[in-house]
Amino acid sequence: MSVPLTLLGLLEREPSHGYDLKRDYDAVFGRGKPLPSGQVYATLGRLARDGKVVVGEAEAGAGPDRKRYVITEQGATEFEAWLTEPVEAEPHLQTVLFAKVVLALMLGRDAARYLDTQRAAHLRRMRELMEIKRAGGMVDALLADHGLFHLESDLRWIDLTAARLDALAEAVRS
Amino acid sequence: MNADNLPAKPSSPSRIFEARDVVLSFGQTPALQGAGLTVEDGEILAIMGPSGSGKTTLLHCLAGILTPDSGEIHFAGRRLDTMSETERSVLRRDRFGFVFQFGQLVPELTAEENIALPLLLGGTRRTAALKAAGEWFERLGLDGLQQRRSGELSGGQAQRVALARGLVARPEVLFADEPTGSLDSLTGEHVMDLLVAAAREQGTTVIVVTHEPRVAAYTDREVIVRDGKVSSYSVDRVGS
Repeated sequence: MSVPLTLLGLLEREPSHGYDLKRDYDAVFGRGKPLPSGQVYATLGRLARDGKVVVGEAEAGAGPDRKRYVITEQGATEFEAWLTEPVEAEPHLQTVLFAKVVLALMLGRDAARYLDTQRAAHLRRMRELMEIKRAGGMVDALLADHGLFHLESDLRWIDLTAARLDALAEAVRS
Repeated sequence: MNADNLPAKPSSPSRIFEARDVVLSFGQTPALQGAGLTVEDGEILAIMGPSGSGKTTLLHCLAGILTPDSGEIHFAGRRLDTMSETERSVLRRDRFGFVFQFGQLVPELTAEENIALPLLLGGTRRTAALKAAGEWFERLGLDGLQQRRSGELSGGQAQRVALARGLVARPEVLFADEPTGSLDSLTGEHVMDLLVAAAREQGTTVIVVTHEPRVAAYTDREVIVRDGKVSSYSVDRVGS
């Protein structure tokens, strides 16, 4: 899971304090693996250095928790590009797929279209692996099959998620 | 009108099917709600989508089995949806082949007779039809099963017989509805390997309805049917 891009996504929703970002990240994306506070502020520091967020004025009671972070145009553009682009179809990317779908729903974006383009990317990779099976030997076929079964498993998740998008959107936004 | 009078098969690559804004309801239940699709000659296309999305209904409309309530379906430059039932029947017999999920072999006939059936129905003499059917046994690894009836064949053998029956008359288009749906992974792959190899060799266009990504991965392109409409997405660039 890409922590910087996920934090940018949460900031795209609304300007937030580091504390709020950590709380929302842990509740939705952490799943029993909370993000260390140090990592949150280090990430926000790098995003600010790279011009993707700006730090608002410190509020009364100074300290890192009192700073409000705001996404910049550059940050929003980068996040948008990441969100809408299918990722390389390979095994074990379920956390990225999950993050993209949840963030798209959270922000009212077209999650169905994202899932469709991701399905197309997965099928394209499956076709490449089928070609490797056809052209290669038994060992190549065995390895290709391993990839194919994982991609199929992702695709089942994509189809199930697509069928449940309305209910998911309601759950994510509540 | 005989299907033989239809315009000649266009030279490849060209559009063999075009469906525009196809609507079809079963009573009060809408099945297709403005479905559109084009298929190139020689293409192997997968129609995917959730159960009840309308993908089999779309296949049946393209094959002239069902008539849309509205919209147009063009096959090889001619309106298919306005043809008479007789014309469509001739078209299905002479220019289309079919493979279904459960083979649907005629139980009273031998495997050899089942494969020869489309030729026999098309007027080919029995000896010539059985000879043509016989050529498929070695090709599909079915040697020695010529005289078996469907009840004496395994699922994979029966589906290979069904595949040979679908292709024996060298159709321009093969329609396949969940052709591996009743088979285990390995047998399903074997059937798809044979289907694709035979179709490519004959230049047959294949339209396959499937919910299995592995089957779709054998095809050139997939479209998704959802709520009676068709969408397709191509991916030109993949990031990380």
